Amino acid sequence: MYRYNEFDADFVRTRVAEFRSQVERRIGGALTEEEFKPLRLKNGLYLQLHAYMLRVAIPYGTLDSRQMRQLARIAETWDKGYGHFTTRQNIQFNWPKLADVPDILDALADVSMHAIQTSGNCIRNVTADHFAGAAEDEIEDPRPTAELLRQWSTDHPEFQYLPRKFKIAISGSPTDRAVTRAHDIGIRSIRNDADESGYEILVGGGLGRTPMIGKVIREFLPRQDLLPYIEAILRVYNLHGRRDNKYKARIKILVHETGLDELRGQVENEFTARKRCFPGVDSRLLSDMEAGFAPPQFLSLETAQTERRLASDAGFRSWCDTNVSGHRHPGYSIVTISLKPVGGTPGDATADQMRVLADLAATLAHDEIRVSHEQNIILPHVPRARLPEIHDRLKEAGLASANIGLLSDIIACPGMDYCALATARSIPIAQEISRRFDRLRLERRIGPLKIKISGCINACGHHHVAHIGILGLDRAGVENYQITLGGDATETAAIGRRVGPGFSAEQLVPALERLLDAYLALRLTADETFLDCYRRLGEAPFKAALYPDGLRQAA
Amino acid sequence: MHVLVHDNGFHPDDLGPVEFFTLDRLARGVESPVPLMLESDVDPAELPVYFPWISAIRIRFPSFDDGRGFSLAVRLRQLGYQGRLGATGHLISDQYPQARRSGFDEVVIDELMAVRQPEPHWLAKSAWKSGDYQRHLLRSG
Repeated sequence: MYRYNEFDADFVRTRVAEFRSQVERRIGGALTEEEFKPLRLKNGLYLQLHAYMLRVAIPYGTLDSRQMRQLARIAETWDKGYGHFTTRQNIQFNWPKLADVPDILDALADVSMHAIQTSGNCIRNVTADHFAGAAEDEIEDPRPTAELLRQWSTDHPEFQYLPRKFKIAISGSPTDRAVTRAHDIGIRSIRNDADESGYEILVGGGLGRTPMIGKVIREFLPRQDLLPYIEAILRVYNLHGRRDNKYKARIKILVHETGLDELRGQVENEFTARKRCFPGVDSRLLSDMEAGFAPPQFLSLETAQTERRLASDAGFRSWCDTNVSGHRHPGYSIVTISLKPVGGTPGDATADQMRVLADLAATLAHDEIRVSHEQNIILPHVPRARLPEIHDRLKEAGLASANIGLLSDIIACPGMDYCALATARSIPIAQEISRRFDRLRLERRIGPLKIKISGCINACGHHHVAHIGILGLDRAGVENYQITLGGDATETAAIGRRVGPGFSAEQLVPALERLLDAYLALRLTADETFLDCYRRLGEAPFKAALYPDGLRQAA
Repeated sequence: MHVLVHDNGFHPDDLGPVEFFTLDRLARGVESPVPLMLESDVDPAELPVYFPWISAIRIRFPSFDDGRGFSLAVRLRQLGYQGRLGATGHLISDQYPQARRSGFDEVVIDELMAVRQPEPHWLAKSAWKSGDYQRHLLRSG
């Protein structure tokens, strides 16, 4: 893991002191509420439906046991004993008091963490592949680049008051686990024909009310040009992005209205000008970042016991089938720990559970933990020999749900339960879906399926890129849930299509049942996933299943 | 009367009584260098030919949360403008380091702001060179 140097440590401390002063100046009247708002947002402090919410950055989703224990302590000391892991690999505390926030930020700084730029119209916390450094197909670990971007974007003087928020994701593998195509900038590590390493740069992806898939603005960018090039994109956006309408202010709209070729030209001009006076990044700092993500000292352990357990214990086997993935190092696995128990709140973990995760990582898994955008926790480096012990201890802690990639592994935004923007409930819908299909015992038969739920048009629950997306709206005071089909968050990214009128909260789960019954009847073999089946047949048979009496009936 | 904010605190605005030119007026020709007022939506690419005829530039921030002025300043410096550059309009003391790091020499505030956010608030932000990640990252020398 990257360790803070003196500069990083000083920076976060100074930042906490600055925020303390901003709170005092707000109370004293030197700052108006309007002026204070972006300052508190840049420090992660949101005003939600019932209370303040503090969004803490977990840069590129990587943390260690010491940091996870501190999150547990914060949850217990200043919140209600739990935290919520989010689709941007952050953790949110839902009930902090304004006066306590500087103390919480100090507690974060104690373990090299912060809440900087997790909100506001600035470059947000950079996200990355949660299997980074462990994935079988990885070209290179994206985290040194993500850390470089974290440092570069932190308090960047030019880009603190952008037209709108700006999200960057990076993947070092051909398999896209970081949804790079739905970000303002997506970065993918590639090698060119001369076998030099560099990046493919995508721009203008995004979800929200106008979902768009990112477009390639640069097919190959040499590594050393990353900062001047990203800076060029941001400068063009800062100067020309729309500021007249917040719903048209993201870079995707600028790309759409300007045209990709024209925008590419503007960026290249800016890049050329910037590059001329760019001295390059300090190589000592770069090598510290690289060294920070060196692989652990892998062990060679006897796995016979694990194989015996696999043969004899169906519960363990089924957990391994869904929650354990291949690792690049022989004798190792990646374990994904589900934060989606049947009937639970997707992404929530109690302080006790956080400590269990920390203990497992520290004692059995090279002290590394990841948070995924799918709101689960990952132990990226697990010797296969230790899988049974990890499984059993997770089970004791209520963390052994064997459902990764399946129907109940749902992404859900906080929705009406917490969020001031929400137009419908989201968490209770996820809970109902998982309970219903658990009773039906259909989840395993249905197989790989991504359901994602957003409680309003801003699409924080990523419903546009779900195989089955659910969007909760308010229709004359009544919750109404629209269904989209065929979305995809991976390297074959696609925006799902709305098939017809929405459903009431009561009609929704029966409609999903009809939809999935139809899929089971239509699929060619048990290996044809819902998404494959939908792509083969198109929406007609699924639409017919959703609206058996025609479109009028549901509206 | 406006107040100039520098690293060492408040100063009276020495350009206060002077009339600022718009870019249009400057383009019509002047006989000696004049101070120029730029709005945030200007394209500075055409400015370099006028540099010898500019005695100072101020960029107007329509609102403190409209950050175009910061990028404009960076661009002007990138185009080779070495003269006096000020940020005016609505800026708050917390933005002083950002203005300085973007290439501004000074921030110009009105009297009301100078009362609401008095000199000590701005002086507290005067150490804008420390804690600068972007500069820290660059290869030196």
